[in-house]
Amino acid sequence: MIRALLWILSGILLGGIVHLSTVLAMPQAARQDAYSRLEPLTPVNTMVPLPAPTADGAIMPFMDPAFAQAVCRYDLGGGSIKLMAPVSQAYTSVTFYTRKSVAYYAINDRAAGRRTIELDLMTPEQHAEVPEDEDVTAADRLIIESPSTRGLIVLRALAPEPGLMPMARRALAAAKCQIQAVQ
Amino acid sequence: MRLLLGSFCTFLVAAIVGLGATWLTLTRGVAFGSLTIGAWTAWPKTGSVDIDPYARANIVRTGELPTGMGDGVAFYAHTDDAGNNFDGRCTFVVSGMTPAARYWTLALYDPEGRLVANTVDRHSFTSDEIVRNSDGSFAVTVAPLARPGNWLPTGGIEQFVLVLRLYDTPIGVATGTGKSGPMPSIVRKGCS
Repeated sequence: MIRALLWILSGILLGGIVHLSTVLAMPQAARQDAYSRLEPLTPVNTMVPLPAPTADGAIMPFMDPAFAQAVCRYDLGGGSIKLMAPVSQAYTSVTFYTRKSVAYYAINDRAAGRRTIELDLMTPEQHAEVPEDEDVTAADRLIIESPSTRGLIVLRALAPEPGLMPMARRALAAAKCQIQAVQ
Repeated sequence: MRLLLGSFCTFLVAAIVGLGATWLTLTRGVAFGSLTIGAWTAWPKTGSVDIDPYARANIVRTGELPTGMGDGVAFYAHTDDAGNNFDGRCTFVVSGMTPAARYWTLALYDPEGRLVANTVDRHSFTSDEIVRNSDGSFAVTVAPLARPGNWLPTGGIEQFVLVLRLYDTPIGVATGTGKSGPMPSIVRKGCS
């Protein structure tokens, strides 16, 4: 009797380990994450406008229908990325995601404080190679470090009313995401 | 023989407990650090590098991209203030004030995060387009059939979800802002 209880108890303990390891392994195993969904639709290191979500379908669940969105699927393997995004009249934000959908940095137009949001995205290694003096002279140059080599930059522009959606789309159409070759 | 039977029993229990717990936590949406105000719940840390393993597993499973912490906060509601499920055949009124934010949007989805088809192609309201009372408060009627004023159609689906997103807001950014918000109340007004 006691022996049977011990077997079950060890089963429950082992179950706890199984549970934790499956939860932790999920990001590696998932095939339907946002990056995987965008991969066939977006060329790498290019800003691409995303189709608006409709009742017939959307690329990702829970997209805010009041926003125009554009995405840059980046790969820093060939150098750092320069992002330039003109802000729309209402509200514009830029969010950076890792390959596994973790939002590691987000900034909005007011925090950026200019008519154009300008950012340099690089890996920690590329950041370390930026010459010191260049870092100082470009004091207003915003450098973001990406924890992963690949990931997503998502640009969102609000259409405060449905009639302003074309305006929001136009603002995003001028955004650029360009790779800067290593000097 | 006994050893074989015993270890088989152990592995069976381990598989049921382990995989069952994973399935339950991922489908029910367990995440830590939630911020609940009335019927609304947000997980501000899910939009940052401090995201917990359960939320990480969940976003890669569903395929969504969470709202970044420097962008805004998304509050989800599945029931009204009294705990009644959001049945699309019933009428609910969302009214009151929102916490400080530059803009907000209120959107309606099915439980999987898809927009719901309706005759007027209305899926959300923004803080700019909403019709307000003279004191700045507002009321949105969430109902299957057309209503005067701010009408958010449910399409008559069995279960819907409301998401209130606050953009450029101090809510959730600082820790311990649990009592920070006058969030809108949600009340059921009967079912058809």
